[in-house]
Formats: sequence, structure tokens, C-alpha cells
Amino acid sequence: MKEISELNLPEDVYYTKNHEWARLDGEEAIIGITDYAQDQLGDIVFVEMPQAGDSFGKGEEFGTVESVKAVAELYLPIGGEIVSVNSSLEESPELVNASPHGDGWIARIRPADPGEMNALMSKNAYLEMLKGV
Amino acid sequence: MRYLPHTDEDISAMLEAVGVKCLDDLFPTVPESCRFIKEQTIPGPFTEWELNGHMDLLAKKQGVSSGYRRFIGAGSYEHYIPASVSTLLGRSEFVTPYTPYQPEISQGTLQAIYEYQTLVARLLGMEVANASLYDGASALAEALLMAVRITGKRKVAVSSAIHPHYRRVAETYFRPSGIEVVTLPCLENGRTDVATIDQFQDLAAVAVQSPNFFGCIEDLKGICERCDSNDLLSVISFTEPLAYGLLKNPGRQGAHIVCGEGRSFGLPLWFGGPGLGMFACRTKYMRNMPGRLIGKALDREGKSGFVLTLATREQHIRREKATSNICTNSSHCALAAVIYMATLGGTGMRELATLNRDKSEYLKKELRKAGFRIPFDAPTFNEFVVEFPTGFEQTHKRLLDKGIVAGLPLASFYPAMAGKYLLCVTETVSRNDMDELVREIRS
Repeated sequence: MKEISELNLPEDVYYTKNHEWARLDGEEAIIGITDYAQDQLGDIVFVEMPQAGDSFGKGEEFGTVESVKAVAELYLPIGGEIVSVNSSLEESPELVNASPHGDGWIARIRPADPGEMNALMSKNAYLEMLKGV
Repeated sequence: MRYLPHTDEDISAMLEAVGVKCLDDLFPTVPESCRFIKEQTIPGPFTEWELNGHMDLLAKKQGVSSGYRRFIGAGSYEHYIPASVSTLLGRSEFVTPYTPYQPEISQGTLQAIYEYQTLVARLLGMEVANASLYDGASALAEALLMAVRITGKRKVAVSSAIHPHYRRVAETYFRPSGIEVVTLPCLENGRTDVATIDQFQDLAAVAVQSPNFFGCIEDLKGICERCDSNDLLSVISFTEPLAYGLLKNPGRQGAHIVCGEGRSFGLPLWFGGPGLGMFACRTKYMRNMPGRLIGKALDREGKSGFVLTLATREQHIRREKATSNICTNSSHCALAAVIYMATLGGTGMRELATLNRDKSEYLKKELRKAGFRIPFDAPTFNEFVVEFPTGFEQTHKRLLDKGIVAGLPLASFYPAMAGKYLLCVTETVSRNDMDELVREIRS
């Protein structure tokens, strides 16, 4: 397991207390799980993803990520409609371990209300929360 | 594990340690009305030979003893059990089939289950089979629950030609869960009227049994295609897996989930059980499959070994989101089945299935010659329905007194089917037995 100081957390994304992240990309947002989450889960063997066109509210379960020892639910950081999912995870779920904030992204959504991003945490706030864990 | 009973001294010491006077003092929280207060009237101990004599007497009262000739199946089929099954089952390595909490320590247990899964998947023509469930009835209920999970729809259609006990078990599962079960009627030929599914909206799955409770072989290809075009799952149940030694298997006909009873494979006809729930599906539904799965993997040094795989679907990890509350399997029964299947092999399975079919066709033909009507036209495997004239109950009873079980009266399950009897012929029945049955029925 990584020490908190070893975590690789980008500055330009927003974090949730359930260890998902969201990054605005034009009109859309990209969603994934954090370096901390993938490290805690261990080797990820399966990611169950929603279908494009599905809509979820903020905090709603939109999929699951399964490691060799646990299954965790994925909660959407902000509400919206799924535009696409990262289909390379079907064959290579280990991308979530290797690159949780890059190639291991999970879904791309069209936010219902981009303003919901404001309620999420910055990197520093997320780190503070982790230190308190 | 040895059985070490507590002595009176042990019990006194424990009672003293917890600070009560007698065992009854441990149960004050159980309401008096729920307790059995009376003295238990259990007879005193028998000697070993008295006990054997007592059990022999009890056994003679049952139709399963060797004094009877049975023409009854209806979910429990009498088949010869090769000596290899009982010999290997009795090996001490297998006598405790419990999978330990570190399952990979028991490579032999896991390998046996892996081989069982492989042979079940091949027999049924499916991509993946689990380590087994309790019996055919609960396997059907679990298959329907699985279809509900996959589709998100809460209504299932079940053929009225599925074993009535299986349907009751499924209904018991569903009653508290609010899942609706609709029943599909049968056609004149004894097969399920699958066209009726078109009238239902929002079905998760259609379940049929083949051969069905009347022995009739269903048109699985047609049923599976209709399910596909209605965008719902086909669940194929069975009570007699031996049929697939001869018939085209459900997988090749497009089934999504196949489940049934495996007792025919090396398990005796005990009174009601235990059974063996066989369960298989297509790979794409694997993560929604109930029960355990054994997989083959490589260790760090590249040596192959067996592992408990996909355990994350199970309730000890997923809790309320588990695919099923079943986290176990009928391991010892599955072991009997895999030894049985391996003993017969593909060729033996086919020969035995052919023998069952041919013998039952012989009896069907002889009964027809004797003037009795075979009401259903659909082809059958080792069971079929015969219509006997009014008053046959007397004949049935007379034959029973002579040690011949002349089939199952269907009216006890289907009130509209008075006079119709379900007869079964397996390899254990001789031509003489069948000729005598026909002679006795006619006399």
C-alpha cells in the first residue's frame, strides 16, 4: 500500500469522499477512481460500466469495480448522462491500477449541472480528508 | 473430525462456569409456549444387530427396496450406480468435501469440482458451469432470480410442464420478493405453448423443462429463438440429465441459462434427497451466476493449480449485493456425479441414454398394442404419459400390493388429468418386467 505522500493525485481534477474524481473537458466531464482507491482495492479484475445514454443523479451508483479481494460501487460525482465509457477496460481492467487518472478513466458524462462540481474537493482538501482517515 | 460427546461432568463444569443450575436455565428468553416441555419418549438404545433389523424392516416398507419393480420417475430416476462411484466416494480424501476457508490448500477438492464443472458444461453445451447448487428446484429459482438481476425486469414466465415441485419452490422464493410468476399452458401434444409469451410485457425470462414433466421433449431451438426475438432470457430446466447423452443439448439450441437436477448421475434414490443442482450459463452472464466457481490458474512459478475464482460475487464479500445467498455447493453429490460421468464417458452416456429411450419406447408400444392411449404426440425420452380407463386406481393399487409401481397418477398434480399416469423406464427395468406389467394391467 502506498503512503499518502506517494499518491499521484493531479491538481486539475475534483475529488469525492467516495474516492472518485471528475475533470471538466469542454462541455463534458471525465470520471474515474483515485490513485488512493485503486491502491486500496488491489489488482482490479473487472469494471462494470453503464451504457451510453444512461442518466444518473449526483451520488448515484453507476457501476462497480471488482478487485481480487473486494467489489466497490462507483458513485457519480456529479449528475449527468453517460456519453461514453472506457471500452478498453473490458479487456484491460488493470489500466485502472496502472493509470487511474489517465488511461484508466471510466466514463465520460454530459453534466446536468456543471455547478455541482463546486461541491467537490480540491486535491488539497482530498489529501486532508485522507490524512484524517 | 471426531465426534466427542460431552459427559455429564463436562456439562456440570460448563454450567457452573456460566453460573446457572441446569440446561433449561439457558433458555428463559424462549417463550414457554414455544418450548417442548414434555418428557421426550424416545425408546432406549438398540444393539447394533437390533438396529440393523429395525432399519431393514423400515426399508421393506418403502418402494425403493429391491422387492419392488418401479415404473416411476417424475424427477427421481433409478439408474445403476457403478462400483467406481461408491469406491472412490469412500476415499478418506473425499469424505469431508467441505471447502476450507483457505480453499486453495485443498487442491484435490478443487480439482474434483473443476472437473465436475467441465463435464457439466460439456454435457449441457454451455460455456460455464458452477460448482453445483442444492437441487434442481432451487437451481430453477436461482436461474430465474439471475434473469431478474440481468434484465432488471420483475416478471418471469414458467411452463406448466415444469415439475410441480420445482414451480412451488420458485414461487416460495418469489412470494416475499414481489417478483411475478406467470404460467404458460401446454399444447395438445404435451409441449409448452410458447407462443403465449407474446402476450406478456416486461418478462425477464421464460423457463421450460426438457424433457418436461410429461416426458415430452420440448422444441428448445424454437423456444430459445422466440426468447431472443422477444429480448428475454431462456432458462432451460431438466430433471433427467441423462437425456442429454442422446438429445441435442440446450446450449447448441441457444439456451442462456440451463439448470436442473443431477441425481441421476451416481446418487441413490434416497427419500427426497439430497439432490444435486446443476447450473450453467453463457460466459457473458457469469458474474451474475449464483454459487461458487473453481478456476484453473498458474502460480508465481508457472505451475498450474486450482483456485476459488470470482468469489467477490459471493455474500461473504458482497454482502447484500451478492448474486445469491448461496455460498456453498453440494460437493459430495457433485463428486459422485463427476465420477459417474467420467466412468461412462461420452460413448457410455450415449449408449445408456439410447438404452433408456429404446426400453421406454418398447413399453409405450406394448401398451399401445394393448389398447391404451398415449395422449401426447411429442417425442419422449424415458418417460411418457398413458391414459388408463376409469377405475384404474384399483389396478394401480393391486399392482402395488404385488410389488409393481405402475407409474404416477398425474391427477394428484394436475386435477384435469384424471386417468393419466406418468410411466418411466430406465436401464434397470428388464423386458420381462415390462411384459409382466402389461399382462398385469390387462388382467
